[in-house]
Amino acid sequence: MNDEMIMEKISRILVDEFEIEEDKITTEATLYDELGLDSLDGVDLIVMLENEFGFKVDRKQDESVIRAMRNVQHIVDFIKQKAA
Amino acid sequence: MQINRVVITGMGAVSPFGAGADKMYDSLCAGKTGVVNLKKEWQEIVSDLECWVGAPVIEELNEKKIPRRYRKLMGRTAILSYFAALEAIESAGITDEMLRSGEVGVCFGSSLGSIQSTAEFFSEIIRTSESHQLSSGMFFQVMSHTAAANLAHVFGITGRVLAANAACASSLQSIGVAYEQVRYGMADIMICGGAEELHAYTSTSFDIVQGTSTHYNDSPSDTPRPFDRDRDGTVCGEGAGCLIIESEESAKKRGATILAEIIGFQTSASGEHMSHSNAESIVSCMRKTLQSAGINPEDVDYINAHATATELGDLHEAQAIEEVFNGHKIPVSSLKGYMGHTLGASGALELIASVFMMRDQQILPTRNLSNPDDAAKNLRHVTSIEPAKLDIILKNSFAFGGINTALLIRSYKS
Repeated sequence: MNDEMIMEKISRILVDEFEIEEDKITTEATLYDELGLDSLDGVDLIVMLENEFGFKVDRKQDESVIRAMRNVQHIVDFIKQKAA
Repeated sequence: MQINRVVITGMGAVSPFGAGADKMYDSLCAGKTGVVNLKKEWQEIVSDLECWVGAPVIEELNEKKIPRRYRKLMGRTAILSYFAALEAIESAGITDEMLRSGEVGVCFGSSLGSIQSTAEFFSEIIRTSESHQLSSGMFFQVMSHTAAANLAHVFGITGRVLAANAACASSLQSIGVAYEQVRYGMADIMICGGAEELHAYTSTSFDIVQGTSTHYNDSPSDTPRPFDRDRDGTVCGEGAGCLIIESEESAKKRGATILAEIIGFQTSASGEHMSHSNAESIVSCMRKTLQSAGINPEDVDYINAHATATELGDLHEAQAIEEVFNGHKIPVSSLKGYMGHTLGASGALELIASVFMMRDQQILPTRNLSNPDDAAKNLRHVTSIEPAKLDIILKNSFAFGGINTALLIRSYKS
């Protein structure tokens, strides 16, 4: 799965589940400031990504990476790492 | 200690008749009922209910109006509360700046958190023995103070946030507790009331203690029948009622329209039985309410009864009214025949209707009261809309847990 396909699936989740306007979603868009997500959304987003991409997050092992996520590209990179 | 006069300056309602306090009152005046047969919806959830009638809020509420960051934490109980509170806040002319000032508080109750959310939350855990797939927002829909906390969150309240959760007395107790906050100077303004979400599980809780109406499933508009000899139990309803109350000083300072004054409140317990009411403790509660306002029984112009159409509940309230008002034939009516028993919302919704009655100087009758029961024959029942001089109104609400509440309002005179 290439970056573009991953991005498309992430966008769909952000639009359908978090009611974010599609034109706001870019790889550089910051999750909290620009897309308006909060820490609770972050928890739900991880579960949705797990279900969509078929991986399992290890809360202890992945915690630092998840905490460091600031923009959409960081999510794309995380998914590629988990799927690898 | 600072003692303030406490006035009502805003009201909002979501009732089985839809969103809007005016819509509720107009429907009551027209003698409408919100009670319908819900067997189709309920039998897949609980197959062996005896009561298949309820009074849901059928009107679709525009939930998308609530920004998602707040809405995701709200179940139906909080959403009903939001629309009632929004109407109350707007009608009172409370600004965003005031809401965030720290001088405005919330006291809002319900019997439970969102029942639908609770059902989803626990059924997922029971089904999978895992919590992983649960939405992070669900607990905030389930928690017991979901209505009060969500109202504080969505309106940016930084003052006191209280939740007087006392089942069917939740909203009147919340209004009473809010009254005490303002009266004794703990807050300038309180957003207060209560809500209840209708679900098959709600009716189940009354069904299993044989408190529901079971003989009118095919003629829902004929039940509940408060004080009637053919009453056979209550009917659960849905809604939310909200009042804005504030100190007279605050209301005058900002030029608010004063709708009525709250002059007395008492809440007490029977200390005797969890599900049965108790006439003696109701007598004590009403007497202490009158004493708290410094008035005599004969000063009361109308009693808006709790009367839910259960055999014992109506009997005990009737006995208590008879004893307290001893020969003074104060007009009495119950509004349960129109909206069912909206449980945690009932005290607030019926108090709002009482404020409207005071405005219009008329008393709404007890719907479905055709033949007063012998047990309540000495009450001065209101059976059709009656013009009346309404200066002081007593509102009763009682609840499981042996809880009694009574509150007095008076037409405002500066």
